[in-house]
Amino acid sequence: MLNQFLLLGAALFCIGVYGVLARRNAVMVLMSIELILNAVNINLITFGAYHGDIVGAVFALFVIAVAAAEVGVGLAIVLIIYRNRHSVDFDDVDAMRG
Amino acid sequence: MLEYAWIIPLLPAASFFLILLFGKRLPFKGSELGIAAVGAAFVLAVVVNTQWFDHVNEAEHAGSEEAAASVEGSEGSEAAAEDEHFTVEPITEEVTWFQNDGLDIEVGMLLDGPAVMMLFVVTLVSLLVHVYSTDYVAGDRRYTHFFAFLSLFTASMLGLVMAKSTLQLIVCWELVGVCSFVLIGHWWEEKANSDAALKAFIVNRVGDVGLLCGVVTLYFASGATASERTFDILEINTRALAGDISHTALLVAACALVAAVMSKSGQFILHVWLPDAMAGPTPVSALIHAATMVVAGIFMVGRLYGVFYQGLSIGISTVNLLAVVGGVTVLGGAGLAFVQNDIKKVLAYSTVSQLGYMVMALGIGAWTAAFFHLFTHAFFKACLFLGSGSVSHAVHSFDMRKDMGGLRKWMPHTFWTFMIATAALIGIFPLAGFWSKDEILAGASQLGGNGNYVAFMVVGITGAMMTAAYMTRCVYLTFFGEFRGHGHPHESGPRIVVPLWILAGLAVVAGLANIPRLALWPDSFELRFEHFYEPKGAYFPSVLPSFAAPEFSPGIALASTLIGLFGIGLAYMWFWRGAGPQHVTERSRVAHAGYTFLVNKYYFDHLYVDVIAGGVKGPVARASNWINQNVIDGVVNGAGRLSLVAGRFVYDRIDQGVVDSVVDGSGFAAEGGGQLLRRLTSGKVQQYGALLFGATAIFAGVLIFVV
Repeated sequence: MLNQFLLLGAALFCIGVYGVLARRNAVMVLMSIELILNAVNINLITFGAYHGDIVGAVFALFVIAVAAAEVGVGLAIVLIIYRNRHSVDFDDVDAMRG
Repeated sequence: MLEYAWIIPLLPAASFFLILLFGKRLPFKGSELGIAAVGAAFVLAVVVNTQWFDHVNEAEHAGSEEAAASVEGSEGSEAAAEDEHFTVEPITEEVTWFQNDGLDIEVGMLLDGPAVMMLFVVTLVSLLVHVYSTDYVAGDRRYTHFFAFLSLFTASMLGLVMAKSTLQLIVCWELVGVCSFVLIGHWWEEKANSDAALKAFIVNRVGDVGLLCGVVTLYFASGATASERTFDILEINTRALAGDISHTALLVAACALVAAVMSKSGQFILHVWLPDAMAGPTPVSALIHAATMVVAGIFMVGRLYGVFYQGLSIGISTVNLLAVVGGVTVLGGAGLAFVQNDIKKVLAYSTVSQLGYMVMALGIGAWTAAFFHLFTHAFFKACLFLGSGSVSHAVHSFDMRKDMGGLRKWMPHTFWTFMIATAALIGIFPLAGFWSKDEILAGASQLGGNGNYVAFMVVGITGAMMTAAYMTRCVYLTFFGEFRGHGHPHESGPRIVVPLWILAGLAVVAGLANIPRLALWPDSFELRFEHFYEPKGAYFPSVLPSFAAPEFSPGIALASTLIGLFGIGLAYMWFWRGAGPQHVTERSRVAHAGYTFLVNKYYFDHLYVDVIAGGVKGPVARASNWINQNVIDGVVNGAGRLSLVAGRFVYDRIDQGVVDSVVDGSGFAAEGGGQLLRRLTSGKVQQYGALLFGATAIFAGVLIFVV
């Protein structure tokens, strides 16, 4: 049982990473980050259930709450970027180029 | 109290610092601090003396009981009780001064008969000198400074007499020397005074080398290994007397220490500083001559007497270095006293001569006689010096021929005290000098090997006659005849006269401290000085069979007194009656040559300054000039050239080559690295993210597969 859940988590994580690295749309990147966080949540809950410990599930709840806040902040940033540049394409946002 | 006697030197030492710090702000400019400290020290010294008497009496009681018990039933018990064969343990206290490589250097207190006696003499004379000085140097520009150094002088001497180790002895010895230097040069604005101070200091340095050599020799001779060697005076004396130290080492040490005595105690041939030391204020002269400086040398010999006794074979020889030095000084000093016109210089040469008596007495083995003479001499010589100060206070001069004469009418107190002290110095019965000088003469006739030290008895008696004659001359020129000075001399104030009378009183009675065994008075009055102050123990030569106390000899006493009176008579005939070949020095070439010889002080100063110093300084100056021009300049120039070459090399190779290329290289490396890293910072967040994840993956792989 454990392996299936962990594999699911790993798959979700990889999809999320792919999304973060490959997508150009900022909203899609944010969604991919959510995928990564959920992969982590699955791992937490899996190990929690495996050890018969509620702490893993509780921790996952915290992560969900923090993720909600993070998305809120992230979407606000995306909104500001859109207002300034009329685009949410990450390739255009390169003000940090050295 | 005996265990706490070390407080006594600390009192004046503390007063030295207090006077220096606060003296000028006090109502009496610091003199009250000095008087209070020395007064307290004197009171404590008296207490220590009385307790010491109890200590000796207890020891005697225990000793006689023991002796009676050990020879019980035999007929020797009476003899054992009569001879003083008991031991008096000296009282010692010590603390560790410093440690070095397992070697403990201790500083401490050694309280025995001579130390206790000196505590009394030094504090008493110093106290009287302090009181006297408040009048004598009143209004002086360095009044506070003067009292500060009087305190330090007293403290150093008190420390010296209680020193437990030879190192401590050296420290106090040098302190005494420094204080005498400062006080002799008190009026340093006049070149003669500062010259005299320098002379005193430098001549004493010569002897100090001897002291240092002696102490070092004794240290290395006192044991075979480092843990056995010692600076402790008691140990050194005990080992010397027990024969644990080789005779050669003791002889070398004793000869080196004789040099120290010669300089400190003004013995021929290093006496030359003492008359010049009269440049200091008169109270200082009194202190130097009676209680502190010059006495230090005598005391040192008495302290290390085991070393001298064995090293110079005093007990079994008929002549030795110490006795010869003393004997020559007795006559040489007395001879010079005849031609001085400065009253203080007469007294200075008299001191030289009297110190000669003490050294001679130590040289012939009459320890008690030497210390007894030291004891009595302190009182009458302090009285004479303070008297001469009183006279000069009145006539503002020290020149007897020009500015004095007839003063007995003007200054009755000074006159009478001076007369009493003079009589004591000459040795008129029953004043102090009679008893102590007679004991030395008796010692010379009785002690020593089979031939005895008879030659030194002749020297002593001749010296007594000369003493009588030159002191009569001094008294005549100062107090008799017509006044030759200007103005009206007046008697000094009570702060000068009272100390004079106290000292004159002591000059009368001090001799009774050691009156000989004559069956005219109860036993408990006899030889008290010897009984209480002569050390009795394994560290003193009295353990040896050859050591003996001289017996009173009426013949010698009578002879020396008659010869003294003869000396007075001769001087009386010459000065008062005008008898004898007057003005002989102007008529006879031989007499004139002798007079010139004496006026020039046997040409010792010429010998030292012109022959030795002059002979040395020319070649030395030339040699040092040559060394300067050739060796030192060569070294300096060579060093300059070398550093020039080295500098060029450093600039061309190291600075231009190494340092600059390192600096440039670091610049290039930074730029290249920057160019490489610039490519990475594309500003593309996803590229950064890819790098982040890639790196994380690599580290995770390392963590999993490698670790």
